[in-house]
Amino acid sequence: MWAMGKKLRIGWFTFTCCEDSSIIFVEMMNRHFFEWKELLDFRHCKMLKSKNAFDQFDVAFVEGAISNDRDKAKLLEIRGKTKYLVAIGSCACTGGPSAQRNTFPEHLKVKIEPFLKKWDLYKDVLRLDQVVVVDDKVDGCPMVEQKFLAVLDKYLVEFGVKKAEAKLPGTKSG
Amino acid sequence: MHKQSFDITIKNLSKIEGHTDLDVVVKDGKVTSAKLRIDENKRFFTTAAIGKPALGIHQVVSRICGTCSIAHLMCCIKCVENAFSVQPSEQTVKLRDLLLYGLNIRDHAMHLYLFCLPDIFGKDSVLDFADTGYEHDLVHKAFDVKGAGNDLCVLVGGRAVHSPFPQVGGFMKIPKKEDAKRIAKRLREIRGSAIEFVDIFLKKDFKFYSETMYISLRNDRFSYQDGDLTTSDGLCVGHANFRDHLQKFVVPYSQAPGFEFRGRPYVVGALARMNMNRDTLHRDTRRDLARALAVFPSDNIFHNNLAQAIEIVHCIDSSIELLEAMEFVEEPRLVIKPKKSEGIGVLEAPRGTLYYHLHIDDDGKIEFADLVIPTSQNQIKMDKDIGALVQDRMDKGMKKEDLPLEIEKLIRAYDPCMSCATHFLKVRWR
Repeated sequence: MWAMGKKLRIGWFTFTCCEDSSIIFVEMMNRHFFEWKELLDFRHCKMLKSKNAFDQFDVAFVEGAISNDRDKAKLLEIRGKTKYLVAIGSCACTGGPSAQRNTFPEHLKVKIEPFLKKWDLYKDVLRLDQVVVVDDKVDGCPMVEQKFLAVLDKYLVEFGVKKAEAKLPGTKSG
Repeated sequence: MHKQSFDITIKNLSKIEGHTDLDVVVKDGKVTSAKLRIDENKRFFTTAAIGKPALGIHQVVSRICGTCSIAHLMCCIKCVENAFSVQPSEQTVKLRDLLLYGLNIRDHAMHLYLFCLPDIFGKDSVLDFADTGYEHDLVHKAFDVKGAGNDLCVLVGGRAVHSPFPQVGGFMKIPKKEDAKRIAKRLREIRGSAIEFVDIFLKKDFKFYSETMYISLRNDRFSYQDGDLTTSDGLCVGHANFRDHLQKFVVPYSQAPGFEFRGRPYVVGALARMNMNRDTLHRDTRRDLARALAVFPSDNIFHNNLAQAIEIVHCIDSSIELLEAMEFVEEPRLVIKPKKSEGIGVLEAPRGTLYYHLHIDDDGKIEFADLVIPTSQNQIKMDKDIGALVQDRMDKGMKKEDLPLEIEKLIRAYDPCMSCATHFLKVRWR
């Protein structure tokens, strides 16, 4: 692996979730921080910095599900500013656990209804691909590290930040 | 400056866990309002728990919070064991100590080294630290300490987030002795770095004093999983009675509630533990950190970060001792018969006292769940302190433009966790 000067412009965003995949992302930095610092331009990453840019991204990584109009508007805005959008973790990919209330029995739905009204929350929590086009999914609760690394690697190569790893003779692809 | 009127609004505060906004209103040089709006959308976990089997509910509530999932998991397990009268083995208790030590190393390290350290160095982010020299070495050490805590969690829990191994009655898998020795060696290697960070947080001169009541568990080994609930006023409260002393408040502008203890705001977390329990820290920690420990008791909320840094060393020392002494033997799984019952679980999460109360029906399913979360317990005091801090800094001539960073530093000293704070349902709107 070698950097070629250019960096992948990334954003990391979270919506309704426990941010477990964000924690995994930060834990992965125990091993990858200095490598990623060379390869990634952290345009927006609220966990790591206060001065975040919200301009153009090569890849936006989005964790969490969509619970209200404000989330939805923000996600649409992110989609408009990024070439690729990757859903991170179970809530983004499938809605749940944040979407567990979608399947509550009726008597529990009645219990939570005043709260949905009070905070303008949707009747049903949405996964990301119900709102925008999602280019890749890294599922898992929390996200699966190896899958995240594979997706990140794919975009590093695609944007010319890193050259594809040469295959050893005799190795099979896939 | 003193007679100015202005608003400070900070949207989506950074370098904390979760989503929160802040509004401060100043009129004629006086702070008239300070509102921390915890803006994490509710996910109704206490409602989702209803009807689910008690023996597996810990894996559901673990999803309340990514960063302190292990605390939720362990507190819920304790609660169910209390309900079913399950007595875990001596080895299980030690493994739980280890898992909670690993959590505290990992969680405190993330907060201190990635979120707070840039404030001390006058930088926005750990990404802005120099690529060579002292700052570069410091970042290396930060990730090494954090990584060791993460590895300890993986060893005992199977994963650092939503750990799969802990169960009601024991662990699905027991660590191997040789792996335990490897982690103990790693912890010995990073201990010096953790002490170096204590010195950094000891030397920082951030100050905000505010007289406060503190609450934490107290036991004879500074364990996070048992002990008596005590207050800094000297009151000792039984776990079963704790909730009776609390008043829950709807905070109209926030998606999380606040709590008072007998009508008074209070603080839980590392500062509370250090103020009341520092005499029970690991002997090696007390020996090597005497200068830092002399700071306590303290009413400077910024010393919460120093207390967290000390706790990392205590967790390292206690873990090394356990990892090197334990035999790690396979144990038969306990047979647990669910029954209609009620349980209480209390432990010290990284951010403070965590309380679970469950009712279980004849079929072993949850019929009621009530949780009290550290950030909710700190919220009322945190709101008051934000207003008082702004007033104090304005009175001392601080420029308006410098106030937002000062407020952010105070909030990071409290180390709130917004995901945890917004799980709830049981409030009545007026």
